[in-house]
Amino acid sequence: MDLKEKLVSSFMAFEDTVDVHSPIHDIRTEAIKTFETQGFPTKKQEAWKYTSLNAVLKHDYSVFPKLDNDIEFKDVKKYFIHDIDAYKIIFIDGKYASHLSQTTHDGIDVCLMSSALAKPKYRLIIENYFNKIAPNESLSALNTAFSAEGAYIHIPKNKLVEKPIQIIHFSTGNEAALMLQPRNLVVVDENSHVQIIERHQSLTDNPVLTNSVTEIFANKRAIVDYYKIQNDRQSATLIDNTYVNQKQESLAKVHTFSFGGKLIRNNLNFYQNGERIDSTMKGITIIGDKQHVDHNTLVHHIEPNCESHQDYKGIFGDRATGVFNGKVVVEKEAQKTNAFQANNNILVSDKASINTKPQLEIFADDVKCSHGCTIGQLDESAMFYLRSRGIPEKEARALLMFAFSNNVLDSVKIPEIKNRITKIIANKLGVNIGFEL
Amino acid sequence: MLKINNLHASVEDKSILKGINLEVKAGEVHAIMGPNGSGKSTLASVIAGKEEYEVTKGNILLDGEDIEELAAEERAHKGVFLSFQYPVEIPGVSVTNFMKTAINETRKAKGLEDMPANEMLKMIREKSELLEIDRKFLSRSINEGFSGGEKKRNEIFQMAMLEPKLAILDETDSGLDIDALRIVANGVNKLKSKDNAVIVITHYQRLLDHIVPDYVHVLHNGKIVKSGTKELAHELEAKGYDWIKEEVGA
Repeated sequence: MDLKEKLVSSFMAFEDTVDVHSPIHDIRTEAIKTFETQGFPTKKQEAWKYTSLNAVLKHDYSVFPKLDNDIEFKDVKKYFIHDIDAYKIIFIDGKYASHLSQTTHDGIDVCLMSSALAKPKYRLIIENYFNKIAPNESLSALNTAFSAEGAYIHIPKNKLVEKPIQIIHFSTGNEAALMLQPRNLVVVDENSHVQIIERHQSLTDNPVLTNSVTEIFANKRAIVDYYKIQNDRQSATLIDNTYVNQKQESLAKVHTFSFGGKLIRNNLNFYQNGERIDSTMKGITIIGDKQHVDHNTLVHHIEPNCESHQDYKGIFGDRATGVFNGKVVVEKEAQKTNAFQANNNILVSDKASINTKPQLEIFADDVKCSHGCTIGQLDESAMFYLRSRGIPEKEARALLMFAFSNNVLDSVKIPEIKNRITKIIANKLGVNIGFEL
Repeated sequence: MLKINNLHASVEDKSILKGINLEVKAGEVHAIMGPNGSGKSTLASVIAGKEEYEVTKGNILLDGEDIEELAAEERAHKGVFLSFQYPVEIPGVSVTNFMKTAINETRKAKGLEDMPANEMLKMIREKSELLEIDRKFLSRSINEGFSGGEKKRNEIFQMAMLEPKLAILDETDSGLDIDALRIVANGVNKLKSKDNAVIVITHYQRLLDHIVPDYVHVLHNGKIVKSGTKELAHELEAKGYDWIKEEVGA
């Protein structure tokens, strides 16, 4: 039985394990039908032209993992940004791990999707926001059909949430192969500010396929800072579907750091429903071996006087492959839009490749839109300059790569994250640079 | 200190250096002059270890050791320093971090611990004062948006920080106004000692009024065709290079 059939036939059993009377029962039922009709995306679809899921879908994934897996904090401490005080929503094989978590209901809700779906006091938020921006198509629909657990974050108006929120999904490898479908909902009301760090981490080399959906609502003048740290083992596949709906004068920033994993597909979508909105997405991708990272972004400029900024840097070694597909749509009403997009890449091996494709659809006439893609090699004259000062080849190379990706790190507002990313990069490049850029 | 014997070098099969012989002893300043395209910058790059150049014959000895097989960084660790004619801009790396890395990598190569941070700061302060460099300048990215004069001053600042045994200044005077020239020359003179040596590559005499050479060599068509003392530089300034070309051609 292939994975699609397995998922479709598991749906009834899944619904039995959760509450059939749940307000989202109809949404799930609708979604599984959509998935059944559409199936997994293939390379025949334009948006998946350079990314094939074939190899990934071959494994016999457990859809319902055994739920008694346990890990201790000391074993996974290193995956936390532990030098900051943070709220934590931690999952092990898809199940909430209370002993690793620190949730709250004190003025704000930082808790679980399962309880938000079950308890009447959250019903209004669920009705207003759940599945309101995730489209009813293929992978998102699949996630919706099986949505039961994930992070639920609701920040009421006028709250500056000082502590960042860490969401970590661990997989233990107790299953030979595991499929996870976390579902996150983040609602940030007027004038509030939240910072979120998300990570997926396998603890063994057993294959894991994660198909995650995150819906983020940044209401009027809200500020959302979202960091995705993708540094998983090379047995892990991540399909991250993130949808951000913004209201007037809100500011939403998503940083995506992709260093690890076998295959990563980021579907990152911003919808600007209001004026004077700022949407920013930045990314650093550094991969090697046969890794594959695909950034598929969308900014939908719907109303006037808004901005969007995209800045993605990629460094590809060995036989790694990258994809950047950045779509910007500017509707006719969206005058005075300022949309900026840059995708710069360095290939450090002859066998590495990147397919980069800006896609601008502009229907307004008074806009500033720019885009630029570059693909190059490391500057040899810069290499000689550094080496002539006594910096060895490997370190010189690393220094230039750091420098290349540096301006993406500039906008990271949490120093500990910047620090962590710098360390991951140094580790990845096998150097000790001895300072932070 | 430096002994170059019958050095031939080529780039992409084009022969550029055609038998250079040169000996530089500790405490000496040598000037290498010559018309455009005579091979001056190639000689500097070959000594510093630029990989595009292939040494086809002869050798370069530093303190008796043949350095031809050594990588650029290994030569740097042994005390070779090249002040670039066209310093490279490296966005994203500050001058300070660059120097910290360079110094500590050199120390590592010698089996020493990293230089303590306070010592490093003190050194940066002293050397930047010597070159009359504004401290703000040091937190900027290497050479990015620097004026021609700032780039050259930054080169000599790096030389001051790295304290090389053998410094090669490739056209350090080009693009400098008279004040910057004075500052740069003053810096070089203060760094000079009986234990190190300087090779000044220049087109013009004016830098040599400030950094006074013990010997002057004229490079033409990949060979040193004339050597003399500082008076030779004056003669070249007055008469140009044509008489040398004629003399050699004859």
